[in-house]
Amino acid sequence: MSFARSAIASTRAVVARSGKRGFTSSSSRKSESLFVHRDTDYNNPSIKFQFTPENLKRANEIISRYPTQYKKGACMPLLDLGQRQNKGWTSISVMNEVARLLDMPKMRVYEVATFYTMYNREPVAPNFIQLCTTTPCQLGGCGSTKILETIESKLGIHAGQSTKDGKFTLIEVECLGACSNAPMMQIGDEYYEDLTPETTVKILDALAKGEKPQPGPQTGRQTSENSAGLTALTSKPYGPGEFCSPEFQ
Amino acid sequence: MIRSRTLLRSLPSSSGSSSLRSSAAAKVTVGSIGSRSLATVSDPPVRHYGGLKDQDRIFTNLYLKHDHGLKGAQSRGDWHKTKDILLKGDSWIIQTIKDSGLRGRGGAGFPSGLKWSFMNKPGWEKDPRPRYLVVNADEGEPGTCKDREIMRGDPHKLVEGCLVAGRAMNASAAYIYIRGEFYQEASHLQQAIDEAYKAGLIGKNACNSGYDFDVYLHRGAGAYICGEETALIESIEGKQGKPRLKPPFPADVGLFGCPTTVANVETVAVAPTIARRGGSWFAGFGRERNSGTKVYCISGHVNNPCVIEEEMSIPLQELIEKHCGGIRGGWQNLKGIIPGGCSVPVIPRSDCEKVLMDYDSLKDAQTSLGTGAVIVMDQTTDMISAIARFAKFYKHESCGQCTPCREGTTWMMNMMDRMVEGRAQEREIDMLLELTKQVEGHTICALGDAAAWPIQGLMRHFRPEVEARLAAFHAKNGQTLFGGRLLSEADTRYAIPDNLGGDAQRNIAQVSAP
Repeated sequence: MSFARSAIASTRAVVARSGKRGFTSSSSRKSESLFVHRDTDYNNPSIKFQFTPENLKRANEIISRYPTQYKKGACMPLLDLGQRQNKGWTSISVMNEVARLLDMPKMRVYEVATFYTMYNREPVAPNFIQLCTTTPCQLGGCGSTKILETIESKLGIHAGQSTKDGKFTLIEVECLGACSNAPMMQIGDEYYEDLTPETTVKILDALAKGEKPQPGPQTGRQTSENSAGLTALTSKPYGPGEFCSPEFQ
Repeated sequence: MIRSRTLLRSLPSSSGSSSLRSSAAAKVTVGSIGSRSLATVSDPPVRHYGGLKDQDRIFTNLYLKHDHGLKGAQSRGDWHKTKDILLKGDSWIIQTIKDSGLRGRGGAGFPSGLKWSFMNKPGWEKDPRPRYLVVNADEGEPGTCKDREIMRGDPHKLVEGCLVAGRAMNASAAYIYIRGEFYQEASHLQQAIDEAYKAGLIGKNACNSGYDFDVYLHRGAGAYICGEETALIESIEGKQGKPRLKPPFPADVGLFGCPTTVANVETVAVAPTIARRGGSWFAGFGRERNSGTKVYCISGHVNNPCVIEEEMSIPLQELIEKHCGGIRGGWQNLKGIIPGGCSVPVIPRSDCEKVLMDYDSLKDAQTSLGTGAVIVMDQTTDMISAIARFAKFYKHESCGQCTPCREGTTWMMNMMDRMVEGRAQEREIDMLLELTKQVEGHTICALGDAAAWPIQGLMRHFRPEVEARLAAFHAKNGQTLFGGRLLSEADTRYAIPDNLGGDAQRNIAQVSAP
């Protein structure tokens, strides 16, 4: 009996193994995010979205920056505006409203909203943490890997997830362009730079309490100057006409 | 000629009557040879680059120590006699930029004066279309953070630069495409634009020069590919940021179908200062054909990472020692440096000691100045994993338009990820290199090239490290097949085809036999 069972098990193993061989098949690769929209109860076209009068004014101002026949140039700024009004994410209704405002086919707006990473097509928490993990951040300071571990253990979530209390969403992003201030993360619109595990925890604690921690470098330097003391721009900046050629003095 | 010289040399020894006379004769002969100077090459005076003085720095508010608004900017010399610059006319501005030797600061290093002159083709006045200057502020290249400091510290330099550069190419408006994540930078820039409009510096009759010029800000939404000029144009038009085929070049058909020139923030922002201080002043810095000052951004394993404006052609080692407090653990602890942002190949320490930070010197070292983003890696760095992370970056940022790039970046990422672990065969290093060669140059834009170069740089200088990693994995887990499957996991009931590394088994047998 037991022999028979083990024999079956071994044939199964062989089947499984030969199944793995895959001469011609390569494993299917899943995309990082879903590019199709599926109606859900919180995200479907029947949910109304309209710009507030204030935002509509702003939207019209944005549209005026583009040639009249190229109104659709305003697609990206308007999606951003809509996302801000819609609690940080771009629902299908936001896209539809932008398409209506700009006289664009809806699909053209969907194309844009799926192409750019800053349009969140799923709801995010008010504290939307984007941690940069590209090489310069990985190397600089204590390294973004440590920061990622700190945030994950502090909030009890992994990158790509939100906390149960709905306060934090964490994602890993590519280079945010503050490499001399590595490691860094963006929360909402603000950059928090020169992080260490301790300062990261402090920032998260403050945000959890509803406070807004001071953005920028967390080590006391102002921007990206040499932290051990300035090596340039120590003198008073020169004034108008100084050092210029005679005709411009 | 040669014979006569030997004759001269042999003279003293042949006439050896008195030692005193002979030595005097020798002196004379030596002197006469010296004065002849037929084949002698005098050593050129050695010029040392670097050590830029504050008075020659263009971006005087790089560290945000002063007011970034209009008043502060004017007190630092911005908008000073801009009207006079504009009234000098397009050809004067372009000639000044040409004289200054300014090359594009966005990475490609194309001479800016020449590029701007493409807009003023003969008969351009008859073209009724509007003309645009587009400023590329989509700073996304990993390692690069210079434009950010310019835009938040000296936004007026950029706005004034738009006007001056726009005048040079007779543009009617400028669009500044800033990456979406830069919120503070965008608000400083928008403030600068609003202030400039209010003060009549831009807009209708800009600076009372009779020239109309608008400046608009367009915020991106997080796509590295939009740093490519045609993708950037597509993005402003409200489409996906997918690069266009060239030709037609943007100078013919660009933004909204009109003549357009795309230029980097730094290139545009230095233009007014060059115009005011003269092309020869700017050309006085750095080596020939690499002239000017440059904002470098240093990140990674240095003691004090920073952004710094320095002279072009400053030795890389000096740049790091002087402004960044040196490498962590001293210069000997250095492993490699990526001198120009993630798309340029890495160079090992021996090269780092020699190179100057300019286009030509770095090109000679088989790398590139790129954006001047220096990424420093010390001995603790896992070089393979660092480059593998770049491969992941490119996989994430490929727009998906060209097959070699879309598929190639994914393959490269997968192979690099396996090599980090060591789960690959040695031959796969060459396969990977071949793959990079097949991506490079076979795509519409340079993202494919950019994805290929870091891997090529890694294999060029650190191949032994990769091979050692693979050998260590093999020693621990036995032979792997192509694609990362272990030989021990393979189904031995069937023959293993060659395309899965079946021959590897035979190699192993040969190696392990004695």
